[in-house]
Amino acid sequence: MNERKNLIKFILSELKPKGPIFTPFNVITAPIILIGLIIIILRFLKGLGAVTNLSQEFPWGLWIAFDVMTGIPWAGGAFCMVFLVYVMHFDKYKPIVRAAVLSGLLAYSFYAGALILDLGRWWNALNPFIGNKFGFQSVLWLIAFHFLLYTICAFLEFAPIIAEWLSLETIRKLLHSIRIPVVILGVTLSTLHQSGIGALTLMAKGKIHPLWWSEFTPILFFLQSIFGGMSMLIFEGSISHRVFSYRIPEEVHEKHHSILIGLARGCAGALFAYLALKFSVFIHVHGWEYIISKMGGWYLVEVIGFGLIPLIMLVSAVRQENIGVIRIAAFLIMLGILITRFNYVFIAYKWYLPLSERYYPSWMEIWTTATIVLTEIWILRWIINRMPVYVIEKEE
Amino acid sequence: MKRRDFLKALGIGLTGIAFRPLLGKAQIFGRREEGESPEFMGILVDTTRCIGCRACEAACAESHGLPVPDIEDTSVFNTRRKPTTQQLTVVNRFETEKGEVFVKTQCMHCNQPACVTACLVKAFKKQGYGHVTWDKNCMGCRFCMYVCPFDIPKFEYEKAIPEMKKCDLCWDRFKKGMIPACVEACPQEALIFGKRRDLLHEAKTRIYKDPDRYYPHIYGENEVGGTSYMYLSKVPFEQIGFRTDLGNTPYSKYEKIFIDVVDLIFILWPVTMWSMYELTKKEGSNE
Repeated sequence: MNERKNLIKFILSELKPKGPIFTPFNVITAPIILIGLIIIILRFLKGLGAVTNLSQEFPWGLWIAFDVMTGIPWAGGAFCMVFLVYVMHFDKYKPIVRAAVLSGLLAYSFYAGALILDLGRWWNALNPFIGNKFGFQSVLWLIAFHFLLYTICAFLEFAPIIAEWLSLETIRKLLHSIRIPVVILGVTLSTLHQSGIGALTLMAKGKIHPLWWSEFTPILFFLQSIFGGMSMLIFEGSISHRVFSYRIPEEVHEKHHSILIGLARGCAGALFAYLALKFSVFIHVHGWEYIISKMGGWYLVEVIGFGLIPLIMLVSAVRQENIGVIRIAAFLIMLGILITRFNYVFIAYKWYLPLSERYYPSWMEIWTTATIVLTEIWILRWIINRMPVYVIEKEE
Repeated sequence: MKRRDFLKALGIGLTGIAFRPLLGKAQIFGRREEGESPEFMGILVDTTRCIGCRACEAACAESHGLPVPDIEDTSVFNTRRKPTTQQLTVVNRFETEKGEVFVKTQCMHCNQPACVTACLVKAFKKQGYGHVTWDKNCMGCRFCMYVCPFDIPKFEYEKAIPEMKKCDLCWDRFKKGMIPACVEACPQEALIFGKRRDLLHEAKTRIYKDPDRYYPHIYGENEVGGTSYMYLSKVPFEQIGFRTDLGNTPYSKYEKIFIDVVDLIFILWPVTMWSMYELTKKEGSNE
């Protein structure tokens, strides 16, 4: 009994904010989040038309393109790292595996969670899971189910850390014993839903510009989730190592440099595979026939500006061990994924429509997206400040 | 590999197989439900007969409880219209090399509809008689709109409790033994309702008997795998607003490429990863 009381007392003390409240970050982001919440309420009261620029021609907009299509590959670092560390026993990445799992878990909870805003008939959101009308034949059904299952997997992967934080040794041991099967299931689910997002675009043939539409899109999207996830780890890791330096032990800090170099190498490899496949698709569809046009130019910006150039930057930066350049390349790669996903949802989608009928996000859509990202950062900060995230796990 | 580990690996593989039907096997690809095999019905639109009176628009609105348009107003022909949440069918006028042609637009009721394949809650359904219908268990994800090759499903963005609107080939009337409202209202017999197979016969006969009157193609016979709505025209179809670049492959086939691989990955990935785990295990570790 006494133990349970202590536990509750501990949780209550941890719930209180740590450190100063009126920091510049808090002062700027708190009002943004509050206004965002008002927009979200407005969306539920007045319908999608009241806050979004969605139309009959463009059924999907920023919320799908950013929250789902971009957020999910950016969170790919989680499944890559657990695969390397727990399945392949690469101890080198142990110091960042927990942080990677945490950002993956939060990304899935928030971005996939934000999907509910985009569902026009959101009260039916549970129909694919508990209804009696499973649309097995739909790729979107597969993705919905995999999002749910993977979020559970990511939670189970992170749960030992929560148990450690609460000093619940028995639960931690239990969670630890099921870790490998959970990791393996998680990687399998990730493979399928990361590529599944690409498979969503397959049936939009004829509506997506021929330079982008391809049977290989699922594989391209899967590759993007590998180098996108690693770029996110480089980008996010660089920031949190500065912001949360007081939470990071010396032994983790020391290894940060060589981990970043390793991530950059892996990132370059996957990016190379992506560009090679992209090139072969270009040849298959006779891409040169479309290249001298507005869309052709935009294609080159995406593939060369945010693909080939960051690849060259990575390769040379890895040789010179130039972390600064690696960070810039990682940022460009993340931006490149964002551009690709936007293309499939509303830029290269129905490229044939005149500008007046095209979709561009409303300020309220952008604001809501910012709210979701900032809320996620608040939660991330809360967890990192309390739980043992930056720790090198001991062999058991 | 210890016996225990082998059993573990086997267990994961078997779980994968057990989960198979849950994790995305394509059971139905827009095919008809088992047990019932009525023939697909359809509507043949002979655009050479249409005079643009818009009686079909009014009849459609009336039978679906939507605001009835003023059909005397011919100014609507000045712009190209698409169906909306309020108007499930619209008639457009096209200037062609052989004079003006009026074309009715609405859901094509594909034989293997992309919207039905796309729907993750089976709100869209291909009825045994060929009607593509929408049901209220829809969650409003709008994937159907994203994929429909004819851009037909329309969503009520302005409502807090929105619905998906499109032509349902008068499914409710059909169940009462009535023909679709638009067909009933057409004064020119430009629309005829019947079994899809009979309509094809009729269309081919018309082309054969009067080759000067008709362009020798039936739009909807093979497009995207065939549709229940089929069109005859005196000019090539791209002149009267049809997309002729959609191909004859049913749209659900494009997705099937992916769905077929899902099983494979679900069985191969866990087993392969488990053996990688065993292969890379460090010596002396009893993990």
